[in-house]
Amino acid sequence: MLLIPCPWCGPRNQVEFTYGGDATVTRPVPDAPDAVWLHYVYVRANPAGPHDELWLHSAGCRQWFKVRRDTRTHEILASAAVDAPLPGAAT
Amino acid sequence: MRKSQQSHRLPAGGIVDREQPLVFEYDGVRHEGLVGDTLASALLANGIHLVGRSFKYHRPRGIVAAGAEEPNALVQLARGATTEPNVRATTQELYEGLVATSQNCWPSVRFDVGAINNAVSRLIPAGFYYKTFMWPPTPRWWLRYEHVIRHAAGLGRAATLPDPSHYEHQYAHCDVLIVGAGPAGLAAARAAANSGARVVVCDEGPWLGASLIGAAATIDGASADEWTVATTGTLTMNPEVTLLSCTTAFGYYDGNLVGMLERVTDHIAVPPEWVPRQRLWKLRAKAVVLASGAFERGVAYANNDLPGTMLAGAVRTYIERYAVRPGSRAVVFTNNDSAYATALALHAAGVKVAAIVDPRSGSELDGALPLAAREAGMPIMPQSAIVGAHGRLRVSSVDIAPVAGGAVRREDCDLVAVSGGWNPAVHLFSQARGRLRYDDALATFVPEVSPLPITAAGAANGRFGLADALADGHVAGLAAAKQAGFSDGARLDIPQAAPVADGPLHPLWSVPARAKTEKRFVDLQNDVTVADIALAAREGYQSVEHLKRYTTLGMGTDQGKLSNIVGLALLAGELELPIAQVGTTTFRPPYTPVTLGAVAGHETGADIEPTRYSAMHDWHIAHGARLINAGLWKRPHSYLRGSESPDDAANREAKNVRTQVGIVDVSTLGKIELQGKDVAEFLNRIYINRWDTLAVGRCRYGVMLRDDGMVFDDGTTSRLSPTHYLMTTTTVNAVNVLQHIERLLQVDWPELEVFAISVTEQWAAAALSGPNARSVLAKIVDIDVSNDTFPFLAVGDCQLRSATGAIPARLFRMSYSGELAYEIHVPVDHGRAMWKSVIAAGAEFGIMPYGTEAMSTLRIEKGHVVIGPEADGRTTANDLGMGKLVNAAKWCIGKPLLARVGLGPPDRWELVGLTVHASEAPAAKIPRAAKIVVDPDRALPNPALGHVTSWCWSPNLKAWLALALVADGRARYGETLWAVSPLADAKVRVAVGPPCFIDPEGERLRG
Repeated sequence: MLLIPCPWCGPRNQVEFTYGGDATVTRPVPDAPDAVWLHYVYVRANPAGPHDELWLHSAGCRQWFKVRRDTRTHEILASAAVDAPLPGAAT
Repeated sequence: MRKSQQSHRLPAGGIVDREQPLVFEYDGVRHEGLVGDTLASALLANGIHLVGRSFKYHRPRGIVAAGAEEPNALVQLARGATTEPNVRATTQELYEGLVATSQNCWPSVRFDVGAINNAVSRLIPAGFYYKTFMWPPTPRWWLRYEHVIRHAAGLGRAATLPDPSHYEHQYAHCDVLIVGAGPAGLAAARAAANSGARVVVCDEGPWLGASLIGAAATIDGASADEWTVATTGTLTMNPEVTLLSCTTAFGYYDGNLVGMLERVTDHIAVPPEWVPRQRLWKLRAKAVVLASGAFERGVAYANNDLPGTMLAGAVRTYIERYAVRPGSRAVVFTNNDSAYATALALHAAGVKVAAIVDPRSGSELDGALPLAAREAGMPIMPQSAIVGAHGRLRVSSVDIAPVAGGAVRREDCDLVAVSGGWNPAVHLFSQARGRLRYDDALATFVPEVSPLPITAAGAANGRFGLADALADGHVAGLAAAKQAGFSDGARLDIPQAAPVADGPLHPLWSVPARAKTEKRFVDLQNDVTVADIALAAREGYQSVEHLKRYTTLGMGTDQGKLSNIVGLALLAGELELPIAQVGTTTFRPPYTPVTLGAVAGHETGADIEPTRYSAMHDWHIAHGARLINAGLWKRPHSYLRGSESPDDAANREAKNVRTQVGIVDVSTLGKIELQGKDVAEFLNRIYINRWDTLAVGRCRYGVMLRDDGMVFDDGTTSRLSPTHYLMTTTTVNAVNVLQHIERLLQVDWPELEVFAISVTEQWAAAALSGPNARSVLAKIVDIDVSNDTFPFLAVGDCQLRSATGAIPARLFRMSYSGELAYEIHVPVDHGRAMWKSVIAAGAEFGIMPYGTEAMSTLRIEKGHVVIGPEADGRTTANDLGMGKLVNAAKWCIGKPLLARVGLGPPDRWELVGLTVHASEAPAAKIPRAAKIVVDPDRALPNPALGHVTSWCWSPNLKAWLALALVADGRARYGETLWAVSPLADAKVRVAVGPPCFIDPEGERLRG
């Protein structure tokens, strides 16, 4: 079971959180081309290694935040508020 | 029956208490044991080796081991009113009145009909089921075989009654967890605790000490037992140290979480009621020292499964720890020095050691223990092996032959102590993704390195000698404390024991067979033989994982603790590969079986999840409400009067709404308050329809889509002030919608000034519906509710008169039933008073409460969709007839993808209404969950045009009605189709029409 470091509440058990998927995809502007929308809705990278993802502290402060997790080991490398960069993040 | 005497109990030694005899029952016979015994040691003390029949061949089997690795001695244990199968006799502590029976045998363990399988064993090789029962390739045949196979296979019997015990979960944290309290574990605990770390030590046994218990060894000048008592005593005094006996660390999980099972009362005859039977620990440790010891392995020779054949280390444990003499005349068969300690122990216990059979020779036999055995006068037969054993229900003799071939010598014995070497118990290390390394000298896999903070120590690390284990544990304990952030404490010396000079091990996995019919067992629990492994290799199952699945090697309750290494070494031999290259199967939790009750803990029955009640719940119960579950909520399904059936009640309630007036509890609807200057813009983005045009004091129905364009949720949102809105969601989606809103506001559109909070719990709500609704309301509210001042879709605050005074209320003119209706929201503490006030005011107008069933009937009559049946995640707003709500002038979530090919006509399944066609008999009804077809008698597969989504008897129209999703449904109005249900063997002709059966113009709700 993961121990997830909520930027606001500190490390908490995984059962308090809800997974929110890839944090690197951003919502397109409304008039973006269809292809962009299709990509946004359906296409996700499936990296073997560090993955930036969104989590919601649903049984806690109810804040969405970012977590960098190694998908091979489940090791949690970093977490950050949703508007803050993860340390060393490419984007 | 009379209890037998403890014929095989030694007069002195061991940890058993001779002053405290215990009476237990095994297979209907009463026996005596002692406090301190396990069931296995008590059976052996009474001379009983035969404890079961084997899984496949039903061969007689005896006790093999003295711990968790036991493959054979699995018994059915009576537990109060219920029963527990597959209890290992070797770990079950004896208690007064224990009742156990042998398993997998009929009619008795001594005479078992299933043993016919042994006689015909050549017909049932490895993979037998796969080869035989999968042919011919029609599934019907498998079904016929399956019944017979399932009856013949399996180990114990599962209990048929609910488990009366209770279990609990314990969450804990520590700096250093030490798994195993043998020499390495205690040395590690001592060192880690000395540095100030918070330490937890767990051991599966009832006493700490493991291999030290009763052992003939000296540590720091004291006996092994004295040192153990002193060390655990010091640890007990340390407030930072927790010692857990009877506790098995069974799994290593992400985030350094270790699952541990503590058996709290399994050793107590009549457990106190308030104590959990078992406790499941979820422990997060900063560092883990794995001092879980090692398992001895056997050697495969003919009939090596006869009762009386035991692991050499286990024999020594029974003698030293339990003061039991497991036989009278023993042969020891070993390829390493450790079994010589057993020979010495047997000798000291007065058991005749007829021979020590050892394939090694020359200087290999010059270790300290072989020398001692030789000095004691025991006959050592070098360069020899046991090639077969004889006996029926117990070994009576063995054949010994030189390894190089030559004359066979038969030696009488009733006990064979075997050692093929030792395998570290690396399970948790491997679960922690630790890499294993094959050690040629030990001929086994030993821990190498893990990316996680876990270190193996002592025998678990391949350090089998006592002095080595103590030193290894000490170093590992210090390192773990350092890893957890603690520096070395006061000077602490490594516990010292005299080193023993061991000779080398000579790898020996099996002894060649002398005849094809001989069975040489590798896996005693699953009856896997050397020949089975060779067959699997010949047939191409060359990966160790395939070998496991084909032969069942290493499956079952022991998960191959004794057999895996031997099996893969034999596979390597067949494939002519180095053992290291063959590798091991994956180690998965749990290490030993975990009771499902312990996994569930308190989360069973009514406590499996929270239950939510509305403020009016007590009133509903007092008025005959029959409840149903709606998510976590309990809601009234209907209110039964007298002997009424629930269906009759619901029909009465639904009819009353259309003729007089009804009231329904809608507190369960999700309620979200939205405030801020950008709420209108936000609502425009998340709903398909337009919100900036909504005036203060008005509400509007809205539909939300997912990003892929499918309908997500619906509900009504009201504008309470220019910057203050109240959204309602469906009961089921209340949590999801809030989460969706929070994500959009926090992640996607942080620039919008909108604050959202759930107020579902804060407001009680009721809907008042029916032609008399206004008359009822006018009596109790302080505002004018006439159609002119409070028209359809109006919203306003008011005061509501009640028996306890005025209640502040929010009033909404909205309708789900299609009748003139109002929703009344009051602060939750006033819910009951509000409800009673409305009921009292409505008495003269014929008010009745109605439940979810009548609510459903009313909405089907009106064709209102529900999230779930109609909006099933595959339907668009247009499919549901709400395409016009999608505002063309603005963007919203889901709109970009609505333009996709395939989401527009033709060929969409669209919402329609169905009625029973006039040509059908008057009693005909539409079958539940029916499929819609053109021709009900067409040969299968009969393509579906759609399906019924909701279905009811309409007491108002006196007809069966259904809503359905039908291909190009709106183009089919007036057509006749068939609703069929192959499951119910029913079919009926249905007329297709619009999905609204009452007041399609909506005059009633606006009136």
